[in-house]
Amino acid sequence: MRVAAQIDIAAPPEAVWEFVVDPERYLHFMHGITRWEVCGDTPSGLGARYRMLMRVGSAEVGGMVEVTEYAEPRDMAWTSVTGVDQRGRWRLRERGTGHAPRTHVEFRLSYGVAGAGLLGWLSERLSAPQVSANLRRTLQQLKRTVEHEQLRRAAAERRSARASA
Amino acid sequence: MADAHTAARDAIRNGHHEGGVNGASANGAGSGDDPRPGSGGSGLAGLAARAISGLAGAVSSRIPAADLDERDPDFIRERLPGLWLLSSLYFRGEVRGLGNIPEEGPVLMVGNHSGGNLTPDTHVFTLAFCAYFGVERRFYQLAHNLVLSMPGLGMLRKFGTVAASPENMRKALDSGAALLVYPGGDYEVHRPIWERNRVDFDGRKGFIRQALRHDVPIVPVVSIGGQETSVFLSRGEWLAKALALDKTLRLKVLPISLALPWGLNVGDMMGHIPLPAKITVEVLPPIHLREEFGEEPSVDEIYDHVLRLMQDTLDALAAERRYPVIG
Repeated sequence: MRVAAQIDIAAPPEAVWEFVVDPERYLHFMHGITRWEVCGDTPSGLGARYRMLMRVGSAEVGGMVEVTEYAEPRDMAWTSVTGVDQRGRWRLRERGTGHAPRTHVEFRLSYGVAGAGLLGWLSERLSAPQVSANLRRTLQQLKRTVEHEQLRRAAAERRSARASA
Repeated sequence: MADAHTAARDAIRNGHHEGGVNGASANGAGSGDDPRPGSGGSGLAGLAARAISGLAGAVSSRIPAADLDERDPDFIRERLPGLWLLSSLYFRGEVRGLGNIPEEGPVLMVGNHSGGNLTPDTHVFTLAFCAYFGVERRFYQLAHNLVLSMPGLGMLRKFGTVAASPENMRKALDSGAALLVYPGGDYEVHRPIWERNRVDFDGRKGFIRQALRHDVPIVPVVSIGGQETSVFLSRGEWLAKALALDKTLRLKVLPISLALPWGLNVGDMMGHIPLPAKITVEVLPPIHLREEFGEEPSVDEIYDHVLRLMQDTLDALAAERRYPVIG
């Protein structure tokens, strides 16, 4: 099953990228995620591994994932190593320029259990609304967090400019 | 015809000791005198005794040899969606505190058992455990011999279900696995519905002795809702005794309930359709026995502690429920 959600954030891609590659921030903005822990010595980047879980229905579902694509600040993709089969992707594209930079963010997740047959097909479809809602809320939370951070930084710059003037 | 001797021989072959996990006589099979039903009597009584003895032999011959390698992670992974549907949509399962289970190493999870022979709380917990830790983590469950010998339930072995015996428990814990046991067993799982919110291990303390022997932590797993999936009326201990099932099949009970689609359901051997009761499971923090109770701990003291913890949790879960079945 493949679900996706997208949103425009009033910030440059680099500012959004800071959030989506930092595993320590995942629990703050990823809705439904109950665990996102670094496994191994590489906290981020190509080959980084995380143990992640998302609450879906009566269970926390997930497993270990590995980052398989890392193109700063545009794409980060991962695929499952253990647990349920899944592929995820953050896709960041610059939309605005100059004084009003904007980033179009797309969050994709494909999941399932190979070989699970009809019940697998049914469970994927029945769980899709909840997973999809998790993705949408994640993006809304990400937008709020990133834009708030942008405002905070801009205010700090204005204060320092006034102080130096 | 197979007789009780054959049954005993087969039981030993399969790593089963009389008394099961819980020591000398915890699972209802006394380790004392064995008045074999097939050995005497006349007329109808004798015929019934011989039939039961034959059944015991047949059951024992069906108990699979204990082999932990029969657990099949790929098989479990492929069944998770089905379990998810059952757990999420039918029983509206909710499992809390899985983070209390140590991330690695052997651990003995001790649960209260509910729901008759179908044990819906086990399904809900198995799904939650396998999804949380991954099917790769070795996870075994001990079950009554009769469950494993039921036709059509062979797949349970692929889930990691093995016959309840100290030997199988030792093997599982030595392999570093997480092991789920229900000390109350058949006695607790068929308790009447008015005792649904009571933890009742029937005084079985074998699991504590095993935990001490293997020096593994005990993690209590408390569930509620399973006993609302049917109207359990009586354990039918008197009936089991009258039919000598306690001696032949290690069954202390022959439950009587009102269940779909049978109406009056005696024995529950054919299963039943459970009511869609909401199942809630709460996992408590691990109890490190020697750290908390000293180097030479009292089994009775630990038993009282574990039981009190579980009963307090069950009381709290019961207080959250507004209506039976609905939750």
